[in-house]
Amino acid sequence: MAPKYTIATRHAKGIRTRFASRFLRSLLRLKSSSNRFGGSQSNDEGIGKRISTDRIKIAAYASMARAVGPRRAWSRALLFKLRNRARIHGVSRKRCLVSEKKNKKRVIRNKVVAISREPSRADTLRKLVPGGDSMDTCVLLEETAHYIKCLATQVTVMQSIADRLLL
Amino acid sequence: MSSRRSRSRQSGSSRISDDQILDLVTRLQQLLPESRNRRSEKVSAAKALQETCNYIKSLHREVDDLSERLSELLETTDTTQAAIIRNLLMQ
Repeated sequence: MAPKYTIATRHAKGIRTRFASRFLRSLLRLKSSSNRFGGSQSNDEGIGKRISTDRIKIAAYASMARAVGPRRAWSRALLFKLRNRARIHGVSRKRCLVSEKKNKKRVIRNKVVAISREPSRADTLRKLVPGGDSMDTCVLLEETAHYIKCLATQVTVMQSIADRLLL
Repeated sequence: MSSRRSRSRQSGSSRISDDQILDLVTRLQQLLPESRNRRSEKVSAAKALQETCNYIKSLHREVDDLSERLSELLETTDTTQAAIIRNLLMQ
């Protein structure tokens, strides 16, 4: 079966194999942990054994960020975000309340500033690309290009895995 | 424009020219799926940015759908090791 090529650049194929092997490994880990413990920690599902969709999504983004490595700003920001999320979920609820208080203060400050600004298209892009808040327009466009390339690779790899798991 | 804002934020860096931004935006536009056929037509930067945002959102949605599909598939497959080895070999 001939391999499918995404946007054809020199780096795309390397990212592809790195992401695919990491992602498959994390899927295996999820599957074996859900087999070992009868009731895994599924958030919304009532069924105990099912691997939740969010875990797979987080595993996919984490594998992609690790496959890219720390040389891109968006992958660093994404890994940082995922690590913080894992830390907050793992620690007790008390810390959640503390971080919520901090967020409230930040929200009030931003409201005062945001009245004078209109959300430009670059701002929507900043929200979509991880780590986009603290970037120049120039850097933002570069990071967006690389991010789109990697996202497209991620989608094709996940699609081919899903197709092959059916066999 | 936000480039003016970012220029004032940084003191020591060079000025970001409009040509540079236009060049980056055209490069970005070439990555989008729709505009690969019509390369000769020049699209405005605003439209290219808008299409980029839409494309990223659609890719995020696809990732969500695929992860849901994968979670259903992983639930039903018993022979995980054979499937994984087959996947790795076929890449």
